[in-house]
Amino acid sequence: MTAQFLYGGAGMILFALGLWSFLVHEPLLRKLIALNIMGGGVFHLLIAIAERGDQPPDPVPHALVLTGIVVAVSATALALAMGRRLEDDGRD
Amino acid sequence: MNLDHLLPAAIVLSSLLPGAFIFVLKEESHVLRGVLNMTGAIVKLLLVGVMIWGVFNGHVYETRLTLAPGLDLVLNADALSVLFVTLSTVLWLVTTIYAIGYLERSPNRSRFFGFFSLCVSATIGVALAGNLLTFVIFYEILTLATYPLVAHRGTPEATRGAKIYLAYTMGGGALLLVGAIWLQVLSGPADFVQGGFLSGLQPEVWGQLVAIFFLLLAGLGVKAALFPFHGWLPQSMVAPAPVSALLHAVAVVKAGAFGIVRVVYDVYGVGFADALGLLTPLGIIASITILYGSIMALTQDGLKKRLAYSTVSQVSYIALGASILGPIATIGGVVHLVHQGIMKITLFFCAGNYAETLGVYKVSEMDGVGRRMPWTTLAFSIGALGMIGIPPIAGFVSKWYLGLGAVAADAHWVLLILAASSLLNAAYFLPILYRAWFRPPPETWPKEHHYPGRFETMGALFWPPLITAALCLVAGLFAAAPFSPLEWARLIAQREYGL
Amino acid sequence: MGVIDWLALAVIVPLIGALAVTALPSRVRGLGLFAACATAVIALRVTLEVWQAALLRSDLGGWGAPLGLALQADGLSAALLAMTALVGLAISISATGYFRNDDQSRHFWPLWLLLWAALNGLLLAADLFNLYVTLELVGLTAAALGALTGTRAAVAANLRYLLVGLLGSISYLLGVALLYTAYGTLDMTLLAEAMQPGPVSGSALVLMVGGLALKAAIFPLHFWLPPAHANAPAPVSAVLSALVVKAAFYLILRLWLDVFAPVVTPVASDLLGILGALAVLWGSWRALRAERLKLLAAYSTVAQIGYLCLFFPLLQATPEGTPRDDLMAALVLMALTHGFAKAGLFLAAGLVQQSAGHDRIADLGGTAQHLPATTFTIALAGTALIGLPPSGSFIGKWFLLSSAVATGQWWWIPVIMAGTLLAAAYVFRVLGRAFNLEPTPRVFVTQARTEVPALLLALTSVAVLGLVASPLWRLLGLEGGP
Repeated sequence: MTAQFLYGGAGMILFALGLWSFLVHEPLLRKLIALNIMGGGVFHLLIAIAERGDQPPDPVPHALVLTGIVVAVSATALALAMGRRLEDDGRD
Repeated sequence: MNLDHLLPAAIVLSSLLPGAFIFVLKEESHVLRGVLNMTGAIVKLLLVGVMIWGVFNGHVYETRLTLAPGLDLVLNADALSVLFVTLSTVLWLVTTIYAIGYLERSPNRSRFFGFFSLCVSATIGVALAGNLLTFVIFYEILTLATYPLVAHRGTPEATRGAKIYLAYTMGGGALLLVGAIWLQVLSGPADFVQGGFLSGLQPEVWGQLVAIFFLLLAGLGVKAALFPFHGWLPQSMVAPAPVSALLHAVAVVKAGAFGIVRVVYDVYGVGFADALGLLTPLGIIASITILYGSIMALTQDGLKKRLAYSTVSQVSYIALGASILGPIATIGGVVHLVHQGIMKITLFFCAGNYAETLGVYKVSEMDGVGRRMPWTTLAFSIGALGMIGIPPIAGFVSKWYLGLGAVAADAHWVLLILAASSLLNAAYFLPILYRAWFRPPPETWPKEHHYPGRFETMGALFWPPLITAALCLVAGLFAAAPFSPLEWARLIAQREYGL
Repeated sequence: MGVIDWLALAVIVPLIGALAVTALPSRVRGLGLFAACATAVIALRVTLEVWQAALLRSDLGGWGAPLGLALQADGLSAALLAMTALVGLAISISATGYFRNDDQSRHFWPLWLLLWAALNGLLLAADLFNLYVTLELVGLTAAALGALTGTRAAVAANLRYLLVGLLGSISYLLGVALLYTAYGTLDMTLLAEAMQPGPVSGSALVLMVGGLALKAAIFPLHFWLPPAHANAPAPVSAVLSALVVKAAFYLILRLWLDVFAPVVTPVASDLLGILGALAVLWGSWRALRAERLKLLAAYSTVAQIGYLCLFFPLLQATPEGTPRDDLMAALVLMALTHGFAKAGLFLAAGLVQQSAGHDRIADLGGTAQHLPATTFTIALAGTALIGLPPSGSFIGKWFLLSSAVATGQWWWIPVIMAGTLLAAAYVFRVLGRAFNLEPTPRVFVTQARTEVPALLLALTSVAVLGLVASPLWRLLGLEGGP
């Protein structure tokens, strides 16, 4: 139970930190890292939910986390590609 | 769905469909465009003939289309709508001939005639509207359809005039919409009924009904050019002459005046409106507008501007007639809907002829035009004398019934207004007639055109004012004949008052 | 449900289309158009089935909730699905003429078909997590499409759109996680039955609706929209404004009215209403001040979303019954009308831009006059945006105003009227330029492939949705339909 709270609480803290960082920092990379930290926070929370004591953990949140990671990776990749495009343009 | 259900829709579509085709026509297709225009106008006239006969014999024509639950588009022919429909149809036919002649060789004719047809369809829709929702729909379409006509010339003044026109009418439309919706929330969906449908409502909402009346009046007053909402009318004089003619005689201004008549008689009911104390303010606003318009007309040198202010004044006779309780005043107000239309369109046709043939735009340039263009000036004189109220021209009949109605209703102050207005009318029309007939013509006209043929101007411009001037005389001389505007107005009054 | 699973096909077919155009870039236009037609037909077929059966549900592969993918279509999703199909088809046809450059075509079609698949998935998804996935997919493809021109302004604007969208999705996902903690299910129907007011539900509501409000550009979270939409190529702008923003709004509607119904308070609804009112005024004002046609159209989207938000406080105050049904249908009708009208407007704006080489409103006169059909499209779409009859938004506004009078919330009336007049001002600011002394155009239509779809879209918003709106009531399963 404690582990569950620890995980969930840490997730919430990560989310809050990420949000703060996203809103405050201008550079694209920092914003992207912040978004990924927020995502990590949510994933933590979901994993904490899956915990069911002695029973095997609930598979649904695990499935959600796996899908979420895939989505986060693609989003990050697209954002980086677009950022790269902007930088290249800036150098020309 | 039998023919009786289709006739009102067919009358609207008889100008809408040709209009839709005209939009996509190539600019060079003169003949096809002319044929489409004239076919539409003539078919409409025939259909209206059928409708007049049917309504006279108590037939019911109604097209009903459900737009959404509780919102019906209703086109319905009663005696009042038939009067307005007939006026619009006849004058559309004449104006189409005039416009084909007037716009010869000018650019963008497909666009012009497309919107022209749309404008007439909207006017017919306003006339046939069987409930407030339908009225509002066509009233707004009318705004949209006339804007391109006012802006047609594309000059900076035209754009500016159109912008002002739009600002006024959109504002008015918004007020009308709010009023109509508020009313429908109180009364539920209701069709226009002779004698109104509101008198059964609880006294607690009467205060709201008064507020709604003024919202509707303001919304309609913009198009009817009631003081202080008349400002757009003189500005929109930049439009081509056929547009001014139609705008003033039939389409826009009349739609507003007609709406006021509708609201007073078939929404509130004239007796209930009187009980709510609404008629007196309406009468006062109408009277102020009558006098104000006439006084402003005195000071204008531009011929079309003078006519425009004259319209401001004359249209309010209709509202004045509606504001006096009693069938005789109703006859006077309603018949003026027609009489003002045919007289004013004559005057605008003539003004267009002077401008097009001689380049004369101002009253001060009109010296001796009677010698150069006697027929046009004759038509102008008939229209002008009718406006003043000289018998036996149509205008006299309206004023006579308005006066009688005022006496019958003990509203003697109305007589004063009528007398003052007639004097003012004489003061701004007679000097024009004097100049036209008795002053010597100048050496050269500002911009003279000679047209081949035996007429003083192009044939398509020559006949329309003469036809409408003849109508003014006929409507006055044969006022007592069956199916004259007067007799039809009497029929309307009988049905409204349940006599 | 027959042998063929139309719901699944509505998602799978555009997906296959996207793969096919990626695999065979030499045939991109033909294949793309074929996939678009097939998708549209399937989506309309789904709508027809919902019209007959009211509710469709399909558990893909027989897995069912909670692990499987479940698709579900009711009246609301079917209405939006049909709109997406028709607008999407028109945009597709127009795009074959708009993207003359092969390179652009090759980038446009895969992304657009992928986006379409994601939109259909979003409209048909039955559980909150599938919604998250489709929402992300919509956001990613939309941002990529928006940056298609590759200009600096477009990339910068759409990068911002992407980041904002990601923020919105993560916020939404946290809300989903909270709901799962509390209720142990993600199926919308089950959640709606189990929903209880409480701190967890309340937080989830705020997180999810807040996140979606970012994506739906609800004032004051609209800041990213105008540059992103104005800098995209015209067919893409049409997709973004007409469909993508609508998808996020659809989700808010779903959550607010179905899932979170017991949690929503009048104060929350009023707050949405006030934001809507501010959006109407601010969006219309900025549209009036906009110097470029596409920017004008983009700000007008902000205002139109505002109108949709005005429905929330009125729905809250109206008890179950005919008036509420009418209001609900009016809301959907306004959303659909805006979809058609805005797509038509953006496509027309794109043609003007291609023809003139720019879209500065002040210098558009001659171009507008050379393209009568396009100017006509702008006029018709403008009529719908103002809410003049006979457009669908006129009917919508009629019910909106009726409801404001009937519930005594009269203060919305001046907002709506002011928005209407401002809209008239910005629409006619453009149309006024079409009347100048340029030579007369000789023909009505110059490029049929691009002009006609836009014209048909605008015509639908005016003549079809305004004159025959009653079937919508039946599709939505409400009282009063035919």
